[in-house]
Amino acid sequence: MIPANFAYHRPSTIEEAVGLLASLGEEARALAGGFSLIPMMKLRLAAPEALVDLSRIAALKGVREEGPEIVVGAMTTQHQLMSDPIIAAKVPLIPETSAVIADPQIRYRGTLGGNVANGDPGNDMPAVMMTLDATYVLAGPNGTRSVKARGFYEGAYFTAAEPGEILTEIRIPTPAPGAGYAYEKLKRKVGDYATAAAAVQLTMKASTVETIAIGLTNVSETPLLAQDAMTILAGSRLEPEVVDRAVAAAEAITNPASDGRGPAEYRTAMAGIMLRRALARAASRAQG
Amino acid sequence: MNDMTPTREEREAKLQGMGCKRKRVEDVRFTQGRGQYVDDLKLPGMLFGDFVRSTYAHARIKKIDASAALALPGVKAVLTAADLKPLNLHYMPTLAGDVQAVLADEKVLFQGQEVAFVIAEDRYVAADAAELVEVEYEELPPLVDPFQAMAEDAPLLREDIKDKTEGAHGPRKHYNHIFDWQIGDKTGTDAAFQGADVTIKEMLSYHRTHPSPLETCQCVASMDKIRGELTLWGTFQAPHVIRTVASMLAGIPEHKVHVIAPDIGGGFGNKVGAYPGYICSVVASIVLGVPVKWVEDRMENLSTTSFARDYHMTTELAATKDGKITAMRVHVLADHGAFDACADPSKWPAGFMNICTGSYDIPVAHLAVDGVYTNKAPGGVAYRCSFRVTEAVYAIERAIEILAQKLGMDSAELRMKNFIKAEQFPYQSALGWEYDSGDYHTAMRKALDTVGYDALRAEQTAKRDAFRRGETREIMGIGISFFTEIVGAGPTRNCDILGIGMFDSAEIRIHPTGGVIARMGTKSQGQGHETTYAQIIATELGIPADDIMIEEGNTDTAPYGLGTYGSRSTPVAGAATAVAARKIKAKAQMIAAHMLEVHHDDVEFDIDGFRVKGLPEKRKSMKEIVWAAYNQPPPNMEPGLEAVSYYDPPNMTYPFGAYLCVMDIDVDTGVYKVRRFYALDDCGTRINPMIIEGQVHGGLTEAFAVAMGQEIRYDEQGNVMGASFMDFFLPTAVETPVWETDHTVTPSPHHPIGAKGVGESPHVGGVPCFSNAVNDAFAFLGSTHIQMPHDHWRIWKAARALGA
Repeated sequence: MIPANFAYHRPSTIEEAVGLLASLGEEARALAGGFSLIPMMKLRLAAPEALVDLSRIAALKGVREEGPEIVVGAMTTQHQLMSDPIIAAKVPLIPETSAVIADPQIRYRGTLGGNVANGDPGNDMPAVMMTLDATYVLAGPNGTRSVKARGFYEGAYFTAAEPGEILTEIRIPTPAPGAGYAYEKLKRKVGDYATAAAAVQLTMKASTVETIAIGLTNVSETPLLAQDAMTILAGSRLEPEVVDRAVAAAEAITNPASDGRGPAEYRTAMAGIMLRRALARAASRAQG
Repeated sequence: MNDMTPTREEREAKLQGMGCKRKRVEDVRFTQGRGQYVDDLKLPGMLFGDFVRSTYAHARIKKIDASAALALPGVKAVLTAADLKPLNLHYMPTLAGDVQAVLADEKVLFQGQEVAFVIAEDRYVAADAAELVEVEYEELPPLVDPFQAMAEDAPLLREDIKDKTEGAHGPRKHYNHIFDWQIGDKTGTDAAFQGADVTIKEMLSYHRTHPSPLETCQCVASMDKIRGELTLWGTFQAPHVIRTVASMLAGIPEHKVHVIAPDIGGGFGNKVGAYPGYICSVVASIVLGVPVKWVEDRMENLSTTSFARDYHMTTELAATKDGKITAMRVHVLADHGAFDACADPSKWPAGFMNICTGSYDIPVAHLAVDGVYTNKAPGGVAYRCSFRVTEAVYAIERAIEILAQKLGMDSAELRMKNFIKAEQFPYQSALGWEYDSGDYHTAMRKALDTVGYDALRAEQTAKRDAFRRGETREIMGIGISFFTEIVGAGPTRNCDILGIGMFDSAEIRIHPTGGVIARMGTKSQGQGHETTYAQIIATELGIPADDIMIEEGNTDTAPYGLGTYGSRSTPVAGAATAVAARKIKAKAQMIAAHMLEVHHDDVEFDIDGFRVKGLPEKRKSMKEIVWAAYNQPPPNMEPGLEAVSYYDPPNMTYPFGAYLCVMDIDVDTGVYKVRRFYALDDCGTRINPMIIEGQVHGGLTEAFAVAMGQEIRYDEQGNVMGASFMDFFLPTAVETPVWETDHTVTPSPHHPIGAKGVGESPHVGGVPCFSNAVNDAFAFLGSTHIQMPHDHWRIWKAARALGA
């Protein structure tokens, strides 16, 4: 439980951080809240030669509205997301998710950027960001670029981010007023990764689903967008047989590992149950 | 009397003696971060040790190359079995009569086994160096399933003893067999089964788990070569035994070995035995001449230092058709891992498993236990229980439920029908114990009445009907357990550890102005000894508990004792404390009589002093008597006021209790909710009700953890799965149910103050109670037994298999 030696840097601007990562090379890693990277270093599953701590970069923190988007700085903590008035009013799916991540001590330091950037399939926010169709803004030696959350995750701990790039902000299209939402997470105990979890964001009109997005957490190498299930449910009135078909379609794209949370068949079934419950709760919350 | 004279009640209250909810005196330092633990110890020149551990469950060591590690700046030495062999320290004796490799000798037998010990200037360098030690292995087929251990073609594990046909407890049937321990009347039992109206048989597995003290195992060894003295600080539940073992192994006279157990952050059985880390630290300090510290990390703790349970108990009951139990037969397959490091009294290879007839008057019984080796970590310890008592109680309390189900009888009624009656105590059990005292019917009835048992069963029936009609996906379980423990080991005639009888001790010294220091042979790990022992002395001697300081853990100053585990502190050292106090009291009476100028038969003890019989105004306070003991003793009496007692208990004590759990289970997810948990404990005389309640809360929480998910898992290759708190179920306040506590009081007739011990009862009684609740929930669907641990996925799987 003792990490290998590493150098530690704490820049105060994005430019400085990008410059450090470029000059330190591929063995350097950006450090956000530290709740994924530090345990891996303690287990010596990761042994970066240098850490670039982003915690003192003021430009990476905070929430603001910009036109049709809500912009969240990558170093905004889970605790801040749970207490931010803009997020509470416009994207309540986010604080509902933050509240089931780890415990209060960790939420004071753990960040949204750290949760989504390293491609850990156990993290909750990636599926939520895919559900919300968020865009990640990456800063690198060649400037900044944007990548859709839905196209960001390539495998366990593999993402579309290039070496030397850091995630600076997450841009979320502001959901329509009155949208329904729910994040249902089954876990063994406080602080655990999901056995399975489902995020649902939808709009309803005259008891009919107008738009819907579904994300699934920790039931595959990457977070999943349940595209087929979304197609089946769009335009439906959430009739039981339609929900059954959608749940089956969602279960079909899962490929969970068998681990201490249970065998793969259980985790797949739980993804289905979580989706059912999230759908019911999101629909009950939707206006229209 | 004027208004200033305190009343008798005020005088009694001032003592804060037995029965008082005295606040824990140790918490003043614990809650302010001022405890002094082993890892707080920093000595000049101190080095740090760290282990290179086996990556395989079973492999031959071809080569160990430490050259890269030794080349790293700050590394002082790397020890391997080759270095220990000339000292004959590459193996150490276990408490169970086996030997355990200190550093792997030619072979590794479990994943995480200690292969080399790296000693460096700080723990960071030590960790880096451990990674640089190159070990070349040749993999061997692993043996993980204990049921395959004695197969004809099973891999041979213990080459060091392969030709030994006799083990410490009799003949070995196979090269992976350790012992076959049998007790009871086999012929009579078999006959009773043959003629029985009703029989049940179920293989009840009690999975492998592990205690989780907040502080892991650790020590600092410091050899003073000039004086020839070794000081060993460590997290020891039994410091005096550790000193004897250290003296024997190191060849240093016992008076030159100083073992000190400072504050301990929880033990739960994990810190009873000796581990390779202690031996290696001592050897390293002897070799290098400077202090060496070794601190286990959490993963090392969970995956190497002693596990608990791993008992596979084929349990049978025979009964008449109206529910009178006529016989019990149990066969246990005990998985001890690579070495039998079971922490039991030496003559008891399966601990007190023969308490498995429980609280019931079962006329005849037979128990057989086969111990086997597998490629897993060695053990197992008594995790918050007396030796194998949780296993025994689990077997009988599940079996009772299964029998009730088969008889179509309510299980509470079946228990009532078979309980040992109050008038039968002292009771001789079929498997050889003499139960000291009990009133089971009263306790059970109180429990059932308090929870409204009949109403709960009616609610359950309604919920089952609703479930069958498809109106709900939730089912309800009512778990009952009625346990009898056997604690306070124990009488030296049948209980010893490495030949040392399991007495315990207390030494009380009263200073001239009335301040008291008392030392015991036990060692608190959080139990609150500094508070409760003082309460015993306060009541016995009439000196305020706040004037009494309790000290344990330093083998130079404390009298020899066997330590704290198996709920033995109150039954054994608590008894010694009372006996030592009474010796002082007898002398105080003589002094008081002299001061009052009457015969000593004419004075009597009165709360906080002695008075002349019939003349209550003529009295001397203990404060006055104590001063006189030093300064005006009666003629021909030695001055001073102190006493020591070594107490050899005449019998064990037998605490008991009735627990009830109401649980709701979502069959779609396997998620459960403990709606209610009621725990009635009878631990005899209650010294501090607040501490008892705290013990019950803690023990129930550990019972909940074990029953509902706490497991050390291995895959087919013998890899330890999930040995971290990410996977190993340690409930937080969020998961932990609310506990309701209650009590009856049936004092132990043979204990000086009638106390029986309580720390482990809630764990022993709690585990079957949770398991019975889960099993009871599913019984109406035709299930007889669902194995622990009852985590979400296993409950879900059981529900699916039953078509729920």
